Amino acid sequence: MSYGIRLHVWGRNALFTRPELKVERVTYDVITPSAARGILEAIHWKPAIRWVIDRIHVLEPIRHQQIRRNEVGHKAPAGTIKSAMKRGDLGGVQLLVDEDRQQRASTVLVNPAYVIEAHFDLTAQAGGDDNEGKHLDIFNRRAARGQCFHQPCLGTREFAAHFALLPEGNPLPPRNPAAESSDLGFGTPRDLGLMLWDIDHSRKDRPSMFFRARLVEGVMEIPAPGSDGVLQ
Amino acid sequence: MTPLTRRHDFVLVFEVTNGNPNGDPDAGNLPRLDPETNHGLVSDVSLKRKLRNYVDLAREGVEGHHIYVQEGSILNEKHRQAYVALRGDDAKAKKDAKLNPKDDTEAKALRDWMCRNFFDVRTFGAVMSTGINCGQVKGPVQVTFARSVEPILPVEVSITRMAATNEAEKKKREEGDDGDSRTDNRTMGRKHIVPYGLYVAHGFISAKFAERTGFTESDLDLLFEAMTNMFEHDRSAARGEMATRKLIVFSHDNPLGNAPAHALFDRVRIGRAVDGEFRALDDRGLGNLAPARKFADYIVSIDRQDLPQGIEIRELV
Repeated sequence: MSYGIRLHVWGRNALFTRPELKVERVTYDVITPSAARGILEAIHWKPAIRWVIDRIHVLEPIRHQQIRRNEVGHKAPAGTIKSAMKRGDLGGVQLLVDEDRQQRASTVLVNPAYVIEAHFDLTAQAGGDDNEGKHLDIFNRRAARGQCFHQPCLGTREFAAHFALLPEGNPLPPRNPAAESSDLGFGTPRDLGLMLWDIDHSRKDRPSMFFRARLVEGVMEIPAPGSDGVLQ
Repeated sequence: MTPLTRRHDFVLVFEVTNGNPNGDPDAGNLPRLDPETNHGLVSDVSLKRKLRNYVDLAREGVEGHHIYVQEGSILNEKHRQAYVALRGDDAKAKKDAKLNPKDDTEAKALRDWMCRNFFDVRTFGAVMSTGINCGQVKGPVQVTFARSVEPILPVEVSITRMAATNEAEKKKREEGDDGDSRTDNRTMGRKHIVPYGLYVAHGFISAKFAERTGFTESDLDLLFEAMTNMFEHDRSAARGEMATRKLIVFSHDNPLGNAPAHALFDRVRIGRAVDGEFRALDDRGLGNLAPARKFADYIVSIDRQDLPQGIEIRELV
C-alpha cells in the first residue's frame, strides 16, 4: 500500500449512468468508484499501477436535470445489406441519420463537486524501475500543474471535469452548507442502494461488480478490492 | 503529416440573433434552457454535427476527409469497406453479416484504416462495434455543452401559411369561416426564437490521443477553420443569424499541458459594455440595463497577465 492522494474534481454537469437505466440514461446520485478511477487514469496511469479509490467526499447538494438529445438509432439492417450485396451494388442502400433518430433523455447531475481519496497498488506488470514514489511524484506533479493525458470527464465526455490537487495536509475544500442535509447522510446515514463498483476486465464476460453505497456525513467509503464489500 | 505535439484548450464564443440555435425535443423544440437559471444551452452533439457538415462541404471527396457519421449513409457499409480494403478479395469480408477482428493486430489495422479515412473518426472518435466490429476509437477533441452568458428569453412567434396540408384541414378552417376569401385554407404554425444570445463552449484537444488516432497539425487547422465558418453554411429558417464571434485557443508547450484548463478558461471574461466600459455580468448595477441585442453590447476580455509558463494564447477570431 502506497501513500494516498486527494483530488478535488468539479464540473457543471455529470452523468454516471446506472447500468439498469442506460437507454434513457439516469445518473447515480454520486460519482462511482469506476468513474473516479477513470479521472485519475486521465491524469496518470501506467500498466504498472492500479488505482484504488478509498473514499469520496461529496461537496455539493445532489440535484438533477433532464436533457433530451437526438442520437443515432440503429445499426444497418442486415437483410437490406445482404440483398444489396447480391446485386453487387451499394446504390440505394442508404440510412439517413436524420431518419434513424432516437431521442433519448438523460437525467444528469447539476454542479457536482467531489474530493476523491485514492491510492495505487503496483501490478504484476511493474518492472524493476517502477516504484511507488516515482508514480506518486508523477501524479502529484501533473495534477498540481493541471497536466493530463486527456481532459477527464464526469461520466461522459461532454461533461468535462476540472481538477485540482489537494496537497497533503491541506484541508478539504469547504462543503456547500446547503449540502449538509439528510440527502448526503447528515444526521443519519443515507443508503444509496447497490452501486457499480467497477467492471472486472480480467474476466471473460467483463462482469460488473457492485457494492452497497452509503453516504455518511457527505462521505462515501469504498470497499477495498477483493473485500467482502465488493459483490460479484 | 505530423501529429500534434502540444495540448490545446479552446473557448468558442458564438451568437444567435432571432433564431433557435438548438431545439429541445423534450420541450416542443423550444430553445434549450437550463431550467434553474434560464441560461440557453447548445448540446455538444449539435456543435459536432455542424463541424462535420462543414468539413464535408469544404473537403468533399478529398482523400482522408470523409465523414463517418453522415447525413445519409450506412455505418456498417463503411466498416465493411475497412474489411474489404484489408482482406482484399477474401469473399467472406464482402458477405458475412457479422465480422469480428481475427486478433488484436487486425483490430488495430481496422481502427487505423477508419482513422486514416474519416476525419470525424480521428477527431471525435467513434463506436464501431455495431454488428460488423471495428472496435472503439476515442478521439482527441472533446467539446462540452455551450451555455449563454446571460439568461435568455425565448420568444414564441406565431406564423400563418396560406395553404392547407389536406382536405380535412381545409374543412376545419371553413367551419366558422367569416367568408373572407383571403383567409381560405390558411393554417397557423409556431416558431421559437431567441432575440439575442451569446453562447460559450469549451473544448479540449489531447495531444496524446491525437497521436493514437493520427490527428495532425493540418487537421487541427481544419478544425479551427470549421469552428470559424460552420455557421456560415448552416443557414436555415429556424437558425436565424448565427456567427462565431470569438475563438480563443490556449496552446500548451507540453503535450500533457502546462496549466489547468479551468484556470485558463477563467482568463476569458465576458461582461456587458456600458458606455464602452467593461461591467461584470453579476454587477447588481446592471439591473436597469436593457437586454443585450447585439454583440457590441458585450465585451470579451482576455487576461494575459502572468500567463503560466509555456502557455500561448491565440485569438483566431
